[in-house]
Amino acid sequence: MNPAASATVISAKVRSGETSAIDVVDGALARVAALDLNAFISVRTEAARTDAAEVDRRVAEGESLALAGVPVALKDNIALRDGPTTCGSRLLEPYVSPYDATVVTRLKAAGAIVVGKTNLDEFAMGSSTENSAFGPTRNPHDRDRVAGGSSGGSAAAVAAGAVPVALGSSTGGSVRQPAAFCGVVGVKPTYGRVSRYGLVAFGSSFDQIGTLATSVEDAARLLEVVAGSDSSDATTRPEPVGELTAGIDSWEPRAARIGWPKEYFATGLDPEIRRACETALERLAAGGAEIVEVSLPHSERGVAVYYIVAIAEASSNLARYDGVRYGFRAPADDLQSMYFRTRAAFGAEVKRRIMLGTYVLSAGYYEAFYGKGTAVRARITADFDAVWEHVDALLAPTTPTPAFRIGEKVEDPLEMYLNDIYTVSANLAGIPAISIPYGAIDGLPIGVQLMGPPLSERRLFEVAGFLEADVAPGSTA
Amino acid sequence: MKITPEEVRHIARLARLELTADEVTRFQVELSQILDYVAQLEDIESGASAEPPPPGQPLRQDVVEPCADPSALHRQAPDFVDGQFRVPRVVE
Repeated sequence: MNPAASATVISAKVRSGETSAIDVVDGALARVAALDLNAFISVRTEAARTDAAEVDRRVAEGESLALAGVPVALKDNIALRDGPTTCGSRLLEPYVSPYDATVVTRLKAAGAIVVGKTNLDEFAMGSSTENSAFGPTRNPHDRDRVAGGSSGGSAAAVAAGAVPVALGSSTGGSVRQPAAFCGVVGVKPTYGRVSRYGLVAFGSSFDQIGTLATSVEDAARLLEVVAGSDSSDATTRPEPVGELTAGIDSWEPRAARIGWPKEYFATGLDPEIRRACETALERLAAGGAEIVEVSLPHSERGVAVYYIVAIAEASSNLARYDGVRYGFRAPADDLQSMYFRTRAAFGAEVKRRIMLGTYVLSAGYYEAFYGKGTAVRARITADFDAVWEHVDALLAPTTPTPAFRIGEKVEDPLEMYLNDIYTVSANLAGIPAISIPYGAIDGLPIGVQLMGPPLSERRLFEVAGFLEADVAPGSTA
Repeated sequence: MKITPEEVRHIARLARLELTADEVTRFQVELSQILDYVAQLEDIESGASAEPPPPGQPLRQDVVEPCADPSALHRQAPDFVDGQFRVPRVVE
């Protein structure tokens, strides 16, 4: 099977019997094995072939499976039964998941086959995948550069053609930023659109599972399968998912109102990325869209809010890693020492965030930090709500720069955090957003981002699909 | 906002993190820098806070469902004996 084959094409061919799931999966496994990017933490060679044989049997029995035989990579913070879920951490290295995440159950039901678990910043904390206990993932466009993060392994695996689609997770930009750096499509759905049952918790009022693919259609098709309410996750939204793929390519910009938030085009943005966004806006205008300048006045505070509220939630969520019930335990003579030594095995960035989160929640500081953070978060959300009265979607850069060099920002945590400046707001407000590849700088992909009101995923796919027709994905390589 | 080494050690105690002397020094600098950055929120009035997902959140019946295979969970424990998670001694 051609590495460029899309999930849409693969599933159609497997359903029609033109090819078999086992052949498709063998091809994917060969490409995964040949990959030299440190994109995967574990590969399911035998298990994937067993699953493929089962899919072929189901197809032969006449089942019509939306993702028949489609190889999928899973970010390694999503639980997959009887296999490792390391979260890129020594703390979970010994862990074997006794259950499947809801998204995995839905993928299996749709005939998709998980071929492996991908690399990530430890507990999804980072913007470069350099915080993984298993080493950094390399960018397929330039091996000396980062793949982005925290879903860097998923983005690199898709960009390199090893798998057509992958799942990642986003707390502050962890799907869109690596998608932009690797030149693939990355989707951060509405908060509550996808079940987090089986996603290891980081910032629970932000976390959302998202899709990565080489095309808008594939990203939408994967989301169609995994999205929807789930009794195992009380934060999932009850609204039906609806059609996310059928007919999206017939969308035209006529009568659409597309906003560009001026704060996203201020200082610090690479001029080539600015130009790519302007080109996209011109394309939409030429198609008849009304282009509107808008203001999101609190957006430049987004990173500060994020690094208060998300780390507060993280310090609380990560309290569970105590060496008692699962995962790594450090030897010690008494219980307290066991806690302290076990948790010493967290990497530097996770410790930093636990420390900060503990500090901002501690007596005397809670109101000054956490109280302030949630108040500004409400204003950021209100900024978006006001804008939706005037526009259908927003177009903005995904990142201020293309992929940086491995090691370049490791020693400066604050500079690393500022990488998320254009992506965090969507997580703070719980709205959907998508990054699509749109041009390149010296061979390094550029991402353009679309954001919309809650549950507007279909609209974002329509606009993204229109722009995608202009710049073929992967052509930036 | 300058954090002292004592404060770093105090937070680490609260978080049950064993830090090396190097880590204390490093976190003192880094946490101070990050707290300086987030101090940009100071001029904004506190008030209504917002947690996202407002709509929906339907309640469901609180019904006990059997755990299919508790032993699958127990097998994950570093030390599980006689139906209990064993840990090092708690008191002298």
